Amino acid sequence: MFSRDTWREIFITLRKNKLRTFLSGFTVALGILIFITLFGMGNGLVNTFNDFFGDDATNVIYIFPGRTSIPYKGYKSNRNIEFENSDLTDIEETFPMFVEHISPRIFRTVTTTYKEESNDYTTIGVDWGQQFAEKTIIMQGRYINQRDVEGRTRNAVIGRLVEVDLFNGRNAIGKYIDIGGSVFKVVGVFQDDGGDNEERQIYIPYTTRQLIEKNTDEIGQIVVQFKPELGYTGAMAFEKNLRIFLKDKKFISPEDQNGFFIRNVADNLKQNQDFAGVLQMIVSIVAFGTIIAGIIGISNIMVYVVKERTKEIGIRKAIGATPKRVIGSILLESVFITTVSGFIGMLIGIGVLKWIGDRLKEDYFITSPYISTGVAIFATVILIFFGALAGYIPARRAARIKPIVALRNE
Amino acid sequence: MIEIKDLHKSYQMGSNSLHVLKGIDFKVEAGELVAIMGSSGSGKSTLLNILGMLDVADSGEYVLDGLPIKNLNETKAANYRNKFLGFIFQSFNLINYKTALENVALPLYYQGVNRKQREEKSLEYLEQVGLKEWSHHLPSELSGGQKQRVAVARAMVAEPKVLLADELTGALDSKTSYEVMDLIQKINDQGNTILVVTHEDDIAHMCKRIVHLKDGVIVEDKKIEQVRASQYVQ
Repeated sequence: MFSRDTWREIFITLRKNKLRTFLSGFTVALGILIFITLFGMGNGLVNTFNDFFGDDATNVIYIFPGRTSIPYKGYKSNRNIEFENSDLTDIEETFPMFVEHISPRIFRTVTTTYKEESNDYTTIGVDWGQQFAEKTIIMQGRYINQRDVEGRTRNAVIGRLVEVDLFNGRNAIGKYIDIGGSVFKVVGVFQDDGGDNEERQIYIPYTTRQLIEKNTDEIGQIVVQFKPELGYTGAMAFEKNLRIFLKDKKFISPEDQNGFFIRNVADNLKQNQDFAGVLQMIVSIVAFGTIIAGIIGISNIMVYVVKERTKEIGIRKAIGATPKRVIGSILLESVFITTVSGFIGMLIGIGVLKWIGDRLKEDYFITSPYISTGVAIFATVILIFFGALAGYIPARRAARIKPIVALRNE
Repeated sequence: MIEIKDLHKSYQMGSNSLHVLKGIDFKVEAGELVAIMGSSGSGKSTLLNILGMLDVADSGEYVLDGLPIKNLNETKAANYRNKFLGFIFQSFNLINYKTALENVALPLYYQGVNRKQREEKSLEYLEQVGLKEWSHHLPSELSGGQKQRVAVARAMVAEPKVLLADELTGALDSKTSYEVMDLIQKINDQGNTILVVTHEDDIAHMCKRIVHLKDGVIVEDKKIEQVRASQYVQ
């Protein structure tokens, strides 16, 4: 069946029937090409998704103050909860096993001026650990450090776009700006993957912010970085214990959900990953739909090819071709075309994904699309297999037709 | 060479059954050139198809060169056709994307003959039908007479016991018909057994024996004085 003569016969048949060969090859190649491109772009979408939520560190728990909704231990409901400096040290001392770093965040929107330029920006009172939680990238100068916090210095780190707005792109390092009536020295400029909003922020030491506001103890939010080795389960357990501890300390009823709020990035991340997984599944279903469409396409062509060749099959049978040889040659032809064009389609598809790279990142949220070689080859083999099956069924029927019937077919 | 006894064949046409062959008894010796004649519907093509193992009789015996032909499966029939029989059709039935040489070589391909021998032998037979220099042309580049001569060469190449021709001149003008018949006569002169189905009197008279079929039975079977086709060919 696989002698050189058989192959030669097949090559001659393929070469002499170029349109037919091209059409069936094209269908298969296109099917695989679309499958790989679609599947790869799906992966690219998931990549973007992960990048998007990967902007902040994932081992972070944010605690926001709220307002109680249940009276408890003599306190009335609707009481404002505030965090203060002692909360930071208490948490750190209670959970030494979990906490890596803890820092406050005090948000204030303040008018900021440099010479004639003036604008409203969000200033955030932070300590030095905040840089890692937000994955802030320093472009020039430095971040708020421990000395700034302890010495309550008037140093500020401004976002890239603040520098653009106020300094017209000139270097801001060492210049003095007016933040809400107090003069600060710019010690650093940062950028952030989180977007324009985050690059229009100004970081100052939280102790300085407290000093300006009549030396209060109040802090806005608490940002707890836990040890990354805790993992998802550890993070969830930590969150639970933290909740109990804070409710106890602030005299909030265990049933009260509104005293304060906790955003656990690890939990969010897991939800996001689950969502990305669903996204990928949908894309996969669509892509496999394409493969099925390709299989139907090649089946149609094979049915047509066999019908078109009915007379030729009759002639061959009349001069001595056995049914086995008739089926064999048609099958080998279809497998050969699907294999060659399938792999061509696969290579082109992979090439297209390589070429796309990050070109669609800005407008279509597709980052470095890719397909694993295993999936690509699996899809190609599936298509080849069904192409062969699609060829076999009509070929078997054609081989059963009596030669006189086939010859009568004009 | 060919021996058939009480051959019956009917076709199912919807609810009606069409009895085409109603008991044919018939013998052909080696080296004969027999014309089977009859109007359309007389069963002559059906008879030829059964002789050619392209169709199966309902009842009756068929012995080809001492070999009883019955209960053939498709594979066996294909092998017998390949070894024992050569076909020539009215519509030539050449494969249109293959050259004359490749068409002639096809029966040998199915016999498993190697390529070199196939080409040598096919070229030899193409030379015999006078088309050696046309061996690399496609059927579409040949005239009707040339196509039929290629078909004759293809039928001959496997050196079959019997050559079966179904209206082989039906698609040709009379001059070309005589040329092809001249070729058939020459092949017969070499001792080959040939059966020709035709409804043309002049073609039938170029054979050595005429069998008349009417309504599925043989009404006449006579030896005749052969008219040589060569006298009409310059």
